[in-house]
Amino acid sequence: MLEANAISCVRGSRRLFRRLSFRVDVGTALRIRGENGAGKTSLLRIVAGLSTADEGRIAWQGRALTEYGDDYPKQLVYLGHSNALKGHLSAEENIRLGLAVQGIEVGNDQARDALNAEGLAIAAGIPVQWLSAGQRRRVALTRLVFSSARALWILDEPFNSLDSAAIERLAARIAQYLVSGGIVVYTTHQDVALDASVHTLELE
Amino acid sequence: MNGGAWQAIRAVAWRDILVAMRGRADVLTTVIFFAIVVSLFPLGVGADPGILQTIGPGVVWVAALLASMLALGRLFAGDFEDGTLEQLVLAGEPLAMLVLAKVTAHWLATGLPLVILSPLLGVQFGLTGDALWVMMWSLAIGTPVLSLLGAIGAALTLGVRGAGALTALLVLPLYVPVLIFGAGAVSAAAQNMQISAHLSLLGAMMFTAVALAPWAIASAVRIALE
Repeated sequence: MLEANAISCVRGSRRLFRRLSFRVDVGTALRIRGENGAGKTSLLRIVAGLSTADEGRIAWQGRALTEYGDDYPKQLVYLGHSNALKGHLSAEENIRLGLAVQGIEVGNDQARDALNAEGLAIAAGIPVQWLSAGQRRRVALTRLVFSSARALWILDEPFNSLDSAAIERLAARIAQYLVSGGIVVYTTHQDVALDASVHTLELE
Repeated sequence: MNGGAWQAIRAVAWRDILVAMRGRADVLTTVIFFAIVVSLFPLGVGADPGILQTIGPGVVWVAALLASMLALGRLFAGDFEDGTLEQLVLAGEPLAMLVLAKVTAHWLATGLPLVILSPLLGVQFGLTGDALWVMMWSLAIGTPVLSLLGAIGAALTLGVRGAGALTALLVLPLYVPVLIFGAGAVSAAAQNMQISAHLSLLGAMMFTAVALAPWAIASAVRIALE
């Protein structure tokens, strides 16, 4: 269970949001909506523990994030705006090494199978910098296949630059993860229907 | 440290080494810069063996220092832009160890080639035998210190415009002791004097830097990502 209690965020001289509270239970998703610059990404980064709220507190399983240290990141997956892919490396190497840094061990065959399932079989062996934006996004999203054991997914615009088939696959993956007891916090500008219980948080 | 931490450290180092091997142009720039700067001096100063032998150690060391600084731009900037650095912070492993892995990979790609190339360039200055060996050793001990200190500057200037020049201003003063004892060791060897004091001090600097710099780098990286 993820809980935010009256959190505020100030960036420079601008107040992005103030006294924001929400609660996300197991098996549900929280969609954060708002215009460009409303503070969606800032909020996700605060939830991920990358930055801290200027006021208020965020609690994970009843304990404040500040009490956790290195245990908290081990329970979540954060997919940011940028894909965290190395252009010189192949999709397969990116997935294997990227996950190994997160402490998830994946074999060559597993990585390749996951890419095949994503329809990226041809892309698996060539440097990621040669792929299109949509393909790169899909490579980054393939990490989620191996992350169902993590209790919290934080996804920043996961549907961006995906084609409709890939959007459907991702929506199905998120719904399946929620059914298995996950928690998802995400932002999107696209109205993608998730077959799960989704709450919406509007940022002004 | 548990197995997960080692796995993460290995993955970070191996990924950076792979990236360096694939993007060879970046590594070559550093090495070629080093070779050209060193070679300019005999051309500029003239072919007086006495002068060349005197300035040789200092010239090679200053060039190594500049080359290693030139390479700093690529240490964190790429990871910062493509989101890899965020994932590093979110690995849930001690960030200081992960950045140490990054600096190690960086040194293998940019520092070690300088060490290997240095005797060849030293020959241009009439340095011989012992002095060339000492040059290699002093660079082998000293360039890791340069990478570690430089990494602090590179991390502090992440996301800042004109980061390269700012890094130079931050880092060059810190390089001074390394330069003094590194070049000093080679000069001493060229004059058949004792070198153990110089090398011991360089070694002490390296161990201190390995022990302390990673924490400073990790803090700087966290600040940059805030």
